[in-house]
Amino acid sequence: MALLEIKGLKAYYGQIEALHGFDLELEEGEITAVLGANGAGKTTTLRAICGMVKAGGAITVEGENVVGMSTESIVAKHKIAHVPEGRGTFVRVSTEENLRLGAFTRRDREIEKDYERVYHYFPRLKERRSQQAGTLSGGEQQMLAVGRALMLRPKIMLLDEPSFGLAPIITEELFDILGQINKEEGVAMLVVEQNANLALAISKNAYLLETGNVAMMGPADQIMNDEQVRKSYLGY
Amino acid sequence: MDLFIEQTVSGLATGAIYACLALAVVMIYQAIDHFNFAQGEMAMFSTYIAWYLMDDAGLGLPFWVAFVACIVLSFIGGAAIERIVFAPISDAPVLSHIIVFIALFSMFNSLAGFLFDFTPKNFETPFGHTPFIDGVISSHRVGMIAVTLILLGLIYAFFRFTPIGLAMRAAAASPESARLVGVRVGFMLALGWGLAASVGAVAGMLIAPITFLTPDMMLGTLLYGFAGAVVGGLTSPLGAVIGGFMVGILENWMGTFVVGSQLKLTVALVLIIVVLLVKPAGLLGRVVVKRV
Amino acid sequence: MTSTQVNGNVPAFLNENPKDRIVVLGVPLPLLERVGLFVLLAAVVVLPMVYDGYDIYEFGKILMYMLAVLGLNLLTGFNGQFSLGHSAFFAVGAYSTAIMMDQLGMPYWTTIIPAAAVCFVAGFLFGLPALRLDGLFLALATFALAIATPQLLKYDGIAHLTGGVQGIVLDTPYPPAWIDSIVMSITGEELSVDRWKYMFTAFVAVIMFAGAWNLVHSRTGRALIAIRDNPLSAKTMGINLAMFKSSAFGVSAMYTGVAGSLFAIMDEYLAPESFTFAEAIKFLVGGVVGGIASLFGAIFGGWFVLEIPNIADLVASSLADYINNPQGLTGLIYGLFLIFTVYVMPMGAAGLVQILVHRISTKR
Repeated sequence: MALLEIKGLKAYYGQIEALHGFDLELEEGEITAVLGANGAGKTTTLRAICGMVKAGGAITVEGENVVGMSTESIVAKHKIAHVPEGRGTFVRVSTEENLRLGAFTRRDREIEKDYERVYHYFPRLKERRSQQAGTLSGGEQQMLAVGRALMLRPKIMLLDEPSFGLAPIITEELFDILGQINKEEGVAMLVVEQNANLALAISKNAYLLETGNVAMMGPADQIMNDEQVRKSYLGY
Repeated sequence: MDLFIEQTVSGLATGAIYACLALAVVMIYQAIDHFNFAQGEMAMFSTYIAWYLMDDAGLGLPFWVAFVACIVLSFIGGAAIERIVFAPISDAPVLSHIIVFIALFSMFNSLAGFLFDFTPKNFETPFGHTPFIDGVISSHRVGMIAVTLILLGLIYAFFRFTPIGLAMRAAAASPESARLVGVRVGFMLALGWGLAASVGAVAGMLIAPITFLTPDMMLGTLLYGFAGAVVGGLTSPLGAVIGGFMVGILENWMGTFVVGSQLKLTVALVLIIVVLLVKPAGLLGRVVVKRV
Repeated sequence: MTSTQVNGNVPAFLNENPKDRIVVLGVPLPLLERVGLFVLLAAVVVLPMVYDGYDIYEFGKILMYMLAVLGLNLLTGFNGQFSLGHSAFFAVGAYSTAIMMDQLGMPYWTTIIPAAAVCFVAGFLFGLPALRLDGLFLALATFALAIATPQLLKYDGIAHLTGGVQGIVLDTPYPPAWIDSIVMSITGEELSVDRWKYMFTAFVAVIMFAGAWNLVHSRTGRALIAIRDNPLSAKTMGINLAMFKSSAFGVSAMYTGVAGSLFAIMDEYLAPESFTFAEAIKFLVGGVVGGIASLFGAIFGGWFVLEIPNIADLVASSLADYINNPQGLTGLIYGLFLIFTVYVMPMGAAGLVQILVHRISTKR
């Protein structure tokens, strides 16, 4: 059984149905990309997984259906770290306090040690550790968001447009590190991206969403070579 | 000159009370973007509870036992008010919140008179009313300043150095992100209300020996608390504390040397309006972007 | 659902009232409203023929509170600005009348219009800086105004006018001789002062209510509502926000101020303690429980705030063995009703009626 199994996922904003009932799977330790145009339902999918929109269907994590659970419980119980669109930085507290918040639900004694783990991936954050997070650059804030997610010691990371608003060179660096984290820590990742090339490069599988439904799914290299996908999403 | 020093020092003492109330107001404002117009009445009611705990007509407990018990009870009461009264209307329009705050104001004010009657009561002080420095400050006022500084120090340490304090700041500033790291935002809001109510209770217990205990004793005090919060910056707890002390001193200077004691509240009114118009961010706050 | 949605669309034509198209049980709603108005008017006229003494005085008080609440409703319900400080304008009206009578020796009935003007100006001037204060901050500023008012009224510097803490005792408002003689010739009885006070109050209240009615149903009224619902769109439609909002504050203060004038005349006495924050709470209770965006609501609200203390007394006297301080009960009941209204019927009593009407109505 997959680590994360979604069956017939529907999501609602008020009366409006945004997702129309599709299936999706994420295996332990793998990266899966979720692609699609604006409004296809990528962000909504991630938000549904951690209980931030009203959802229907079944979202099974480690064998337990989490639909209807509160965000806080899902995060605490199933170690799902969500790196939201726009990074969700706590701008008024320091970099290190942001990291500390990432470990808020942990009760073990190794939190201090994990700061170094994050700094190992993102050395720049160490230089900025006591700086107010709001004063960090966009790239640094994105790294902080990923670092904060790492502090949970997550089983699953949900990444919403990590490349958004970043310079291409920083984006590439970030995706390299994401790949590295995946290998070294064994964290499964669900990556929502507009920049399909980058996402597919580190992913094993990929889903293509169109207006609230899965239009295509399969191994990442297969999706990458699909004529239609290349025209519509990859631009060559 | 003596008068000036005396007025400044005693302003510092009342300023300590305003600082407490300003801090309580700012804590709530940061958490839910609303002014707790009932903060003063909650503090007044807490003070009545303390009075009941220590008075011979009540339980007759020693001062410091009653003091601590009152803080704990106020904390529970404040948290309960958030959970029971405000959590269900968290998405309601501004006007609904204002109405509920005013409802609480009215209810606490009435309930105090209803339960404890309207005659002014003496409120004990453990510091006594003897002169501390002759002609400058009394022992009770020194006690007021000392207790306030200890309280503010504890609160600062709590927010700065404990994970819960950090989570409360995070929950107040960006609730959605806080949820994503597993912070129970509703629980943090209730804690914040509890803390604010406790801080208010301390303010009430410190001012009551000076003003006497009546249901209306906090009306003017709360106004100065608001003035302190506005002057210091509604988004800055430190600013609110500094603002509270400044307003306390300013109140005495204006009252003694400029407008006379009869227009003190008008000074607070003018101060609030002028600062809101001219420098809405206050001394240390951020400008709150107006959402249209 | 109802007309207080914050982000509702601005009506395309300020000249059209959407209510005109609603039909209730075969009767157009505007007609029904007018019938309702005439029934109320008839009641207002008949009351002094039936009641006298304290009863009729109470009815006068209801009309007085109706006006005060109406002032708040015009501001908050129809223009979306909050005020917790209308007790201050109530005071301005009352003291204007009292000082004109006491210092200038003006007859009571001549003071209403100048007092109204003074209150309009006071409200307008307060409304100017208030323009720059967003909802919540305006609430804070007006809260401060309400708290500071009683102290300001006691100020020694103006005590020669206001009477300071003692307040001012006013002449009894006797009916003019010609009215007295008319009443005498019809009924054979002398017109009692209580009845006359009521008639005078009712006269002013009816005129002012009619004025509010016309205002709300006019182009100007719909502009005010447009500003409430969507200030940005209203601005792009060419509505002068500053002018309208300050004027709304002025008109609102004028209504509550005239209520203050009537209060002074009816009670023949006023003192700073009548203008505390508790008074502002009363207006808010009346507005909210009656329905803040409704003119009819103000009538209900006026009755409500006056009736609650009576009910509280009744409760207290029946529990006299257990309760020592019945005064405390009124504020408690006010608060409970405020919370109840916010939770259960956000549009107040008028909203309930509206929903009922909606259930049985059709559109033309």
